Amino acid sequence: MGSIGEPSVLIPMLSGDSASQDVAGLIFNGLVKYDTDLRVVGDLAKSWDISPDGLVITFHLRKGVKWTDGVEFTADDVMFGYKTIISKNTPTAYSEDFKQVKKAEVVDKYTFRVTYAKPFAPALTSWGNLVVLPKHLLEGGDITKSPLGRNPVGMGPYRLRKWISGQELILDSNRDYFEGRPYIDHYVYRIIPDPATMFLELQAGGLDMMGLTPLQYVKQTNTAYFRRNFRKFRYPSFVYTYLGFNLKYPLFKDRRVRQAIAYAIDKQEIVDVVLFGLGSIATGPYVPHTWPYNPNVKRYPYNPEKAKRLLAGAGWRDTDGDGILDKDGRPFEFTILTNMGNTSRTNTATIIQWRLAKVGIKVHIRAIEWSTFINEYIDKRRFQAVILGWQIGPDPDQYDIWYSGKTKEKEFNFVSYSNPEVDALLEEGRRTFNIKERKKAYFKIQEILAEDLPYIFLYVPDATPIVSARFRGMRATPIGITYNLPKWYVPKPFQRPGMVP
Amino acid sequence: MLAYLVKRLLEMVPTLLGITLISFFIIHLAPGKPTDIYTAMNPKITPEARERLDKLYNLDKPITVQYWLWLEKVVKLDFGRSFSSDRRPVMEKIWDTHQPLLERRLFITFMINLLSMIIIFAVAIPIGITSAVRQNSLYDKVTTTTVFFGFAIPSFWLALLLMILFGVYLHWLPISGLKSMDYDSLSLLGKIWDRTDHLILPLFVSAFTGLAGASRYMRSSMLEVIRQDYITVARAKGLPEKTVIYRHAARNALLPIITLFGLSIPGLIGGSVIFENIFGIPGMGQLFYMSVMMRDYPTVMGILTIGALLTLVGNLMADIGYMMIDPRIRAK
Repeated sequence: MGSIGEPSVLIPMLSGDSASQDVAGLIFNGLVKYDTDLRVVGDLAKSWDISPDGLVITFHLRKGVKWTDGVEFTADDVMFGYKTIISKNTPTAYSEDFKQVKKAEVVDKYTFRVTYAKPFAPALTSWGNLVVLPKHLLEGGDITKSPLGRNPVGMGPYRLRKWISGQELILDSNRDYFEGRPYIDHYVYRIIPDPATMFLELQAGGLDMMGLTPLQYVKQTNTAYFRRNFRKFRYPSFVYTYLGFNLKYPLFKDRRVRQAIAYAIDKQEIVDVVLFGLGSIATGPYVPHTWPYNPNVKRYPYNPEKAKRLLAGAGWRDTDGDGILDKDGRPFEFTILTNMGNTSRTNTATIIQWRLAKVGIKVHIRAIEWSTFINEYIDKRRFQAVILGWQIGPDPDQYDIWYSGKTKEKEFNFVSYSNPEVDALLEEGRRTFNIKERKKAYFKIQEILAEDLPYIFLYVPDATPIVSARFRGMRATPIGITYNLPKWYVPKPFQRPGMVP
Repeated sequence: MLAYLVKRLLEMVPTLLGITLISFFIIHLAPGKPTDIYTAMNPKITPEARERLDKLYNLDKPITVQYWLWLEKVVKLDFGRSFSSDRRPVMEKIWDTHQPLLERRLFITFMINLLSMIIIFAVAIPIGITSAVRQNSLYDKVTTTTVFFGFAIPSFWLALLLMILFGVYLHWLPISGLKSMDYDSLSLLGKIWDRTDHLILPLFVSAFTGLAGASRYMRSSMLEVIRQDYITVARAKGLPEKTVIYRHAARNALLPIITLFGLSIPGLIGGSVIFENIFGIPGMGQLFYMSVMMRDYPTVMGILTIGALLTLVGNLMADIGYMMIDPRIRAK
């Protein structure tokens, strides 16, 4: 397996990078996890009860699960993890969900109970692998200085054997894993900072798995050699790219203008050109094939004539014949900002610029270095329109992005969207655990957003990993292919000699 | 001599201080903060959490105070703890005493640079001498073109082409890293060979792209010497041409090359950042690149300070070497 970045620390609550989370995910378990349909299922918790008012969750833990050093896992470990994550001295980015907890208690060795002040639907899934820590190894010390960050003790399918800085992490299978011993004995996570080198390593046989770029997926791996020796997968990633409007900016206050721009953009064209077809058009802030996704919202098929009619209805006409629409003597022009270095976004901006020119809107594009972009432009609201993407979690709660109160500096409703109906539905969605009711709320939100268009949802790129054909047992699902890594196997004739420990 | 040495050593202190001061302010001028990796565009972060993180890293204090806090520690040879989420001491990242010598970042970078410098000088000096002797011959033109080709070619591009040829098509050499996955199961001889063949491509690339400077210096310095009267005298005495060139001319022409040795250290350290990333070599250059991207100030500063120190020491050594070889300078 190849990675550009190196994990920084293998204690899940302390890390902020995906490399750390990839590796820590194989070593640590949570109380709950997602199954392939994004429903919550038990992991270390065998089952759980939610009180009728939704305020109390009681987890019943598996018995007899052991940390890899032989000590038994109990509810005390969860309590310890919870106390650590809300502690002022822990530099973690994930404490917010846990601050909603009013009371946490260890009922007995295998029962853990939390009480919330208000019903909070994302609460259940927050009890993943962030808060399960080996109390017997960490108690009393400073977690940031603990040797466990580089030499973790977990109970997951793999355990870390060796970490060679800047080169690789070698993991051995945990033979006592409670869901059964993984079929693949050794997992090597190689750190190769240069993407071109990584692709060469894949060709030379130094890697069995990596993520491909669209170009690599469509062209460079389209050879007899790759077809014989590798298998490619594709499934929607949990990311969408959008064109967001600053709704405080006079130009975009009129909903008809936003809808006109949506009609003037050909989303399928962007998917075909920018992503080489490896993606799907987005219709709202959720990803297709997941339960909160509503496929039946208003869509905006490419229709420049309709766009022009809508713009004319809003008072925008080309009166001076220069090809650019104007109103009260002011031409219709605006600037799209995006971050530097993300070519899919700049390419998308260029296509939008060209399409909007056809209906008489002049667009400028500016790409700005990421930190400057966030600190100077997004946070200070100094933008007219932006192309950005959101990575979304498996839980559909998007309170922070759409709630009308979340518009202060550094908050995430930076387009200043405000719709009381959406506010109420967002509240409703996070206050019930009933998946049917949540679905109803989120479906309605998507319908309203598709009508209001604070963003024009552009596309959802596909994740495109490639895996050596030696491996069997993988399947592309909404949560990726590695969810069942412990169940992958290599048929005998293709096995490589085992490494001597 | 001794007085001169003491003077030079004392001069190094304010120079080093100046370098750290400028570096410290420049890296803090870059937009963004180490905490951005957790906080930028992450809806789970509240303003309070952000402030708390900033406080933990002392980022809420004025930059002059931050520099002073940093300096206080460095005087005690402590570069502090990294701001990246592993929070390891910077010194341990650069020079990890838990690891064998061969796995320590500073050692890896230092060794590769030393080897590549030896190769550069071993190849460039003969090239310079011979092409000066045969000035404007076909040989001179071919070598000049070749070294400039190496100078002009982007090293990352050359590296990738060589990887494709030797790694993917021919399967002769490994593509990246410092050792193979089955390294632990190899015999001693196998281990030595395994490490050597991982170094061939990186060393070739870094030496080939660095040849131009040294060989051109050598050539022009040699040309100058050959025209001197004492060379004519040596020839007039009837000495064989070989003795004239190698004993009388080359020795004198080597003097300016020693200065070049001191000057090339910063360039080599800078080059490490590029080829360590391409070849996936876990040295200081790779760490530097990752730290800059994460705005991990203590690590960046630690590496810059060590780099500056190495450069200053290299210059000092070049000057001392110069003095020992050239009596004219010693007399001053």
